[in-house]
Amino acid sequence: MTSVPRTAVIVGAGIVGAACADALATSGVAVRVVERERPGTAGATAAGMGHILVLDDSPAQIALTKLGRELWDARADRWPTRVERHVCGTLWVAADDEELAGARQRAEVYERWGVASRVVDADELRLLEPNLRGGLAGGLLVPGDSVVYPPNAARVLLDAAVSAGAAVVERAPVTAVGDGWAELADGTRLEADVVVVAAGIATPRLVPGSGLSIVPKKGHLAITDRYPGFVRHQLVELGYLKSAHGAVRQSVAFNIQPRPNGQMLLGSSRQLDDDDPRVDRCILAAMVARGIDYLPRLAALSVLRTWVGFRPATPDNLPVVGPLADRPGLWVATGHEGVGITTSLATARLVADRLCGREPPIDPGPYDTSRLREASTHA
Amino acid sequence: MADASPMRADVIVVGAGPAGLAAAHAAATDGARVVVVDENPETGGQIWRASHRAPHPRARALLAQLERDGVTTLRGTTVFDAVPPGSLRAVDAGGHSVALEAPAIVLATGATELLLPFPGWTLPGVFGAGGLQAMVKGGLDVAGRRVLLAGSGPLLLAVAAALRRSGARIVALVEQADRRAVRRLAGTLWNRPAKLGQAAALSVRLCGVPRHHATWPVRAHAGGDGWLRAVTLRGADGSETTLDVDLLGVGFGLAPATRLAQLLGCELDGDRVATDDLLRTSVPGVHCAGEAAGIGGVDCALVEGAIAGHSAARRDDLALRARRRLRRERGFAAALADAFALRPELRELPTSDTVVCRCEDVAYGALADHRDAHDAKLATRCGMGPCQGRICGPALRFLRDWAADRVRPPLVPVPMAALRETLATTDSTP
Amino acid sequence: MPDAGDNLRVTIDGTQIHVPPRTTVAAACVMARATRRSVAGEPRTALCGMGVCFECRATVDGRLDVRTCMLHCRDGMEVHTGG
Repeated sequence: MTSVPRTAVIVGAGIVGAACADALATSGVAVRVVERERPGTAGATAAGMGHILVLDDSPAQIALTKLGRELWDARADRWPTRVERHVCGTLWVAADDEELAGARQRAEVYERWGVASRVVDADELRLLEPNLRGGLAGGLLVPGDSVVYPPNAARVLLDAAVSAGAAVVERAPVTAVGDGWAELADGTRLEADVVVVAAGIATPRLVPGSGLSIVPKKGHLAITDRYPGFVRHQLVELGYLKSAHGAVRQSVAFNIQPRPNGQMLLGSSRQLDDDDPRVDRCILAAMVARGIDYLPRLAALSVLRTWVGFRPATPDNLPVVGPLADRPGLWVATGHEGVGITTSLATARLVADRLCGREPPIDPGPYDTSRLREASTHA
Repeated sequence: MADASPMRADVIVVGAGPAGLAAAHAAATDGARVVVVDENPETGGQIWRASHRAPHPRARALLAQLERDGVTTLRGTTVFDAVPPGSLRAVDAGGHSVALEAPAIVLATGATELLLPFPGWTLPGVFGAGGLQAMVKGGLDVAGRRVLLAGSGPLLLAVAAALRRSGARIVALVEQADRRAVRRLAGTLWNRPAKLGQAAALSVRLCGVPRHHATWPVRAHAGGDGWLRAVTLRGADGSETTLDVDLLGVGFGLAPATRLAQLLGCELDGDRVATDDLLRTSVPGVHCAGEAAGIGGVDCALVEGAIAGHSAARRDDLALRARRRLRRERGFAAALADAFALRPELRELPTSDTVVCRCEDVAYGALADHRDAHDAKLATRCGMGPCQGRICGPALRFLRDWAADRVRPPLVPVPMAALRETLATTDSTP
Repeated sequence: MPDAGDNLRVTIDGTQIHVPPRTTVAAACVMARATRRSVAGEPRTALCGMGVCFECRATVDGRLDVRTCMLHCRDGMEVHTGG
């Protein structure tokens, strides 16, 4: 497809689908969104934490997360209260001198990319977060990171799309997609110049044979009752990325997020090869133990709920955004692993700019579907 | 994380009300090692809950039997997680974690009061009807206080009588059902001398109390101190009256407490836990008796407890024998439910600014655009607070026909430390 | 009421009251006219009296979020409703 599409069908109204709907509809494309549940109430959007943060795992990841954060910030005045946007910053916690050295390196990377950050020593760490245990080495403060409530953010993005003329079909599971068409469970066939599949972990099932390697990475979360001020920043252990992207079958890492109402979300766990949607008590226990290790007084605070979600993970930890081979009218936008909320707006920007013939603000190459073909050729 | 070895038994009974105590006794008589867990500081459930002065005589007799049977009773112990068939984790009154393990369990988790939201129901001084009785049994002094009891069901009569005995002035007893329906129920009691006797005794004890039928509360008013001052009642004919009161006890019947059963994966039948002839649930090893298996009252609960206890102890022969008594009790329960069926006008009780979810202060109007509990929860926080939808869930089932949202551990809020310890058995069911 | 001598001293939000043994903390709170604040700031007291609604929760002797209807008063107990 070479010309600008007039019509688009978006499969999935999670945060990525909702963001794509908004970006395309406001670019003048006639958009129809089909969602198997209701917008924002399913998948990783409903289950995830909702952090907007810059990650420096790879140049491509820092480019995408940085653009994502900028786009969230650019709409700052337009996010209604129910999105619960709160610029609390991220404080990466260094347990020892080795991790603190890592924090310094990371600060340099952020500086090169123009992302404000600051290394803090042990004393300042204690001032910033008095409930952290003693004996920690310091940390890296990234003040511009924020948190949001993803289900409502997805609804707000979709409402914006609807205001720009988009239509939404709810509770309509899609059974098959192809070059310029999507078929619903009730037999309805929708046709459009382009179909964008933003169905998270369900995407490979919808586009078989595309070489898409997206696996569900199971995660657990626990939410506390309201304890305003117990933590002030999103806290993440510096070993997090090791845990997040390591090859091990299962891992836990300390990550806690203060919500504007004083509740706290405690994470994180990652399990491959486990598609059981029930809470795994052993992993949950390990995750909670990790949290209490960093925040001893957390032990006495009430937990209201625990739950499980599945991140759409790719082998190289980057999302897959672009047209499928030989099917120019069939695009995918998924594989965002644990940073889909951050990168949703950036993904939508890449999709809309590429489809509408505009120059994207960052190189879309690293996220393009072409690498799937290379991977399958080499396999 | 090191795990204290769990307490092991042949049968664990969750809930120490009539059904639970009867189940424990039956299983213990069959030679099973039985542990009873109950979150209340006293055994007996809500109906036999000891007043702060004296324990209930029927409960005392059954408890004495349990002591002779060698049954272990853990009071003040709240089950917060469970893996089928019988791996439970609880917290005791001190917040410490307790693990329990058995091949069979009996769920005797009882019921909660159906509390419907109406303007003013969140005011201090408004209680559930059973809630007010529980508070009085817990030492709340109501001597000389003006009390209004409203809502629906036989519980209102029992509460009124009990409160009167504690010195309260019952301003009125207000039942939403029509007088005719209630009379019809009384007519079915001719072959139930015990129940007829209870009804007659209640009538005597309530002599002189103004009683209204086809009437319900529509608004509670606050005094200058922010506490309840008066309640406006509306009759089916549209007339309204306002009564000055100090306390309101209001409940619209009972809803089975099924969350533990749901967490274990037991199938529900409407709002109750689905059970077979031997009170087995859909999950092998898990039995259910009493109000959680369907509202039936104390006599029904005692028979069901015995059946479930024998069946959990693998004495199906004894369970089947006990079963013969059940049909009669179930028949009465059905007649009760029919007589006190809630009238559709009660769906109009909440106005758009009435708080429905008390934990999160979500107004009824905020739910207008939502079509189920899960959707409403994610968008409005309705049911997201500490009670986890136990109050608004049954209310919204009546108001909007919404099924309960999924249940996940912990069943009740627990200190984070309690989750640090793993369950003894991992869940291996498919 | 039993003799004052049998009674327990309980401090609720700084005010000391005397209650008979086996009085629940929730009942004591209502008698002391102590209220909790809801998330929107409304005053609340116990509703269900049986551990379901969590309206009566308070900090008791330093322990957070205790359902006070499920707990008997002890002599010298300190209760904070946060109201």
